[in-house]
Amino acid sequence: MGLLDKFRQGLKKTTNLLKTDIRDLFKGEGQLVDEEFLDQLFGRLIKSDMGVQAAGETVEEIRSTYRGRVTQMEDVVATIKAKLKSLLAQPADPIRFAPSGPTVIMVAGVNGSGKTTSIAKLGQMLLGRGKTVVLGAADTFRAAAVEQLTIWANRLGVEIVTGPPRSDPASVAHKAVARALEIGADVCIVDTAGRLQTQQNLMQELTKIHRVLGKQIPDAPHEVILVLDATTGQNGISQAKHFTEAVHCTGIILAKLDGTAKGGIVVAIRGQVGLPVKYIGVGEKAEDLALFEPEPFVEALFEDVGSLAKPK
Amino acid sequence: MFESLQQGLGTALKTIRGHAKLTEANMRDGLRLVQQALLEADVSYTVVQDFMARVSEQAVGEKVLKSLRPDQHVLGIVHRELINLMGPVDHSLHLRGDVSVLMLCGLQGSGKTTTCGKLGALIQRRARKPMLVAADLQRPAAIEQLEVIGSQLGLPVYTERDATDPVAVCHNAVKHAKEIGAEVIILDTAGRLHIDEELMAQLQRIDHRCNPEQISLVVDAMTGQDAVNSAKAFNEALELDGVIMTKLDGDARGGAALSVKAVADVPIKFIGTGEHLDALEEFHPDRMAGRILGMGDVLSLVEQAHQKFDQEEMAAQEARLRKGEFTLDDFKKMIGQTKKLGPLNKVMSMIPGLGNMADMLGDVDAEKDMRRLVGVVDSMTPEERRNPKKTVDQSRRRRIAAGAGVEPHEVNELVKQFEGMADLMRRVSNMGIRDRMRTMQEMAKGSMANPGGLLTKQKVGTGKRLTPKEKANLKKQREKDKRRQRRNAKNDGNNSP
Ligand SMILES: Nc1nc2c(ncn2[C@@H]2O[C@H](COP(=O)(O)OP(=O)(O)OP(=O)(O)O)[C@@H](O)[C@H]2O)c(=O)[nH]1
Ligand SMILES: Nc1nc2c(ncn2[C@@H]2O[C@H](COP(=O)(O)OP(=O)(O)O)[C@@H](O)[C@H]2O)c(=O)[nH]1
Ligand SMILES: [Mg+2]
Ligand SMILES: [Mg+2]
Repeated sequence: MGLLDKFRQGLKKTTNLLKTDIRDLFKGEGQLVDEEFLDQLFGRLIKSDMGVQAAGETVEEIRSTYRGRVTQMEDVVATIKAKLKSLLAQPADPIRFAPSGPTVIMVAGVNGSGKTTSIAKLGQMLLGRGKTVVLGAADTFRAAAVEQLTIWANRLGVEIVTGPPRSDPASVAHKAVARALEIGADVCIVDTAGRLQTQQNLMQELTKIHRVLGKQIPDAPHEVILVLDATTGQNGISQAKHFTEAVHCTGIILAKLDGTAKGGIVVAIRGQVGLPVKYIGVGEKAEDLALFEPEPFVEALFEDVGSLAKPK
Repeated sequence: MFESLQQGLGTALKTIRGHAKLTEANMRDGLRLVQQALLEADVSYTVVQDFMARVSEQAVGEKVLKSLRPDQHVLGIVHRELINLMGPVDHSLHLRGDVSVLMLCGLQGSGKTTTCGKLGALIQRRARKPMLVAADLQRPAAIEQLEVIGSQLGLPVYTERDATDPVAVCHNAVKHAKEIGAEVIILDTAGRLHIDEELMAQLQRIDHRCNPEQISLVVDAMTGQDAVNSAKAFNEALELDGVIMTKLDGDARGGAALSVKAVADVPIKFIGTGEHLDALEEFHPDRMAGRILGMGDVLSLVEQAHQKFDQEEMAAQEARLRKGEFTLDDFKKMIGQTKKLGPLNKVMSMIPGLGNMADMLGDVDAEKDMRRLVGVVDSMTPEERRNPKKTVDQSRRRRIAAGAGVEPHEVNELVKQFEGMADLMRRVSNMGIRDRMRTMQEMAKGSMANPGGLLTKQKVGTGKRLTPKEKANLKKQREKDKRRQRRNAKNDGNNSP
């Protein structure tokens, strides 16, 4: 499968994001925009996990524009679309490479969000672009975390740097970057142990890894990726805030978007923390990663809805 | 845990605090904030709608009691409904006498493998022999992960390194367990999406082949609105027996607990409160609801105190508590008052800062021990009560023991326990509510590692009497078993091998 197909496939999956079956709200030809309708619209938006604030703002927009009028779905959808685009306002934001020397990517997130798998996916994508990659297994805490990343490294055929269980993750990260420098690798991706953003000592440990990398190469890590599980609810905001405070995250990989979760929390995060979504994870295999593209994404969101809106 | 939802609702209801009478208008405002707080806590939108309908009806319909302020009244209603939604409680694993199979399932990364280890540890503590089964053949190094966990606990782990069919692995594991004399088999299945028909069918085949006593869904506490979808699908495929909610050690509001309970209608049995293998606690809907409402520790006690016990005494006690003065007399009074309120565990969960104490008590016959304890305190002189450590020597110990009708070493134990408690009180009284909770959690963990270290000894598996609630649960369980058997019989009929 070509890269373009892969992207299309990924994009198709992105339509899941925020897709809220708005069309169910329209019974017949036109629809009176009354409080009941607005409540239902609010409910649909809430179910995407975008949060009370973003959903409320969107509903407010519809209320002020259409309240008391009988409207066509196309108009309402167009307004919602515009609103969501403005809420999400971000360009596509792929990995930015260091001007020279290895690009260091640090990956962080709460337990089980999909960090290690996302690293394999990033690795695969970079290999596809002819980059050489070194992985750093700085999750020295979780049972068999090193083995997990090692298996991925072997599958991808890339080098991996590891340390003994329970050893200092910062020193493993350091060793990994040192190795990347030594062999002149283009990219070094550092895995870290999952941690909850409220665990201060563990967040400090993360800050330390970040600091160590920065001492090794100025400007490193060049990308700090927060891996967010698409099923995450409003706690995602707290995650984005605290991880950004600790390690200056540069963007999000939204994993597990192949389920039924809509991933709307990224709208709230964009609004409240500013973090953009870089990629989306759409499966458990190394190739299941797609660039997140907001424009076609919001368009794609209402593609089928638009066509169904035509009176039968 | 649940701290944020607690705060949200606390603030919400403050807005109607102070109004002598509730008008429909300010009630609506208050309720809207309750709704918002629930949504921000990730309770499913649909569940919130139903919930608000029930609450509003009562809030407008019921008369505001004279003795209570309206906000407390509303809090009471919301609290009660939250408990209704998350209860009834059933912590039992329904293990059989010979060999039982427990099966864990859930989405990717929800915490199944870790929970497998935690359950193994729990069962081991209860003096049964568990065996863990590595039935996740999907995730890289999943087998190794379970092996590491097993070796940390000293538990056998059944693995088949090059296997490709998890159904066969589970089936073989059950046979193997009998050979090595394991009594409880815990199946760690691969994480999967609830919309993956092939993999959901695979779970059904495992269910069919191994006939687990308990199938638990492992749910991440940070889950948002999608919790209803996945829980519903897993429940439809498998007839769940319980839910285990993980990662409650963070600041997730955990509204998914309400959602999952509402759609699957099975008890939430345990909560995961950390990555370590002892971080598993029993789920308590009343305490959870209390915390959700911000009346958690102090407020609900105050509310009940209106009806049941002496407010002045309470205030005095609370003040002493805050100052860190805590004597055996206070301890006894506390116990005396709590007796008027109902089951000890419930009451413990409401005493300021003692939320997690009930956890520590675990399965013990607390009431009886408390009676003995009161007897001992009664046999002491005022001075001994104030400072037992310094004053109670061997001869006094003998005198007190004779007076209370207990063995001298029991007096000793009480004194030690009291010292621990008083120390705890001193630490807790200087903390904010957040730190209190954290300390209590640490304490709870400590006492799990050393059951019987606090207050009283843990009793293991004696034939204890069942409460009506437990009886009802048992009945429900039997019905469920029957349903499952019927379903299995049906599957036998139209399934090719
Ligand atoms: N369906 C689906 N599953 C995913 C995706 N990304 C990761 N997973 C699965 O989610 C589970 C957890 O992924 P990991 O990559 O181990 O997550 P992690 O964040 O490294 O976990 P810890 O290191 O334990 O905190 C694994 O079973 C993965 O296969 C995705 O995009 N879609
Ligand atoms: N903080 C915290 N982490 C947990 C808890 N339960 C599991 N984890 C972590 O969550 C991650 C995924 O857990 P795992 O058991 O591998 O999930 P599985 O994919 O469902 O088997 C691991 O990093 C665990 O250490 C919990 O209760 N609290
Ligand atoms: Mg990992
Ligand atoms: Mg697992």
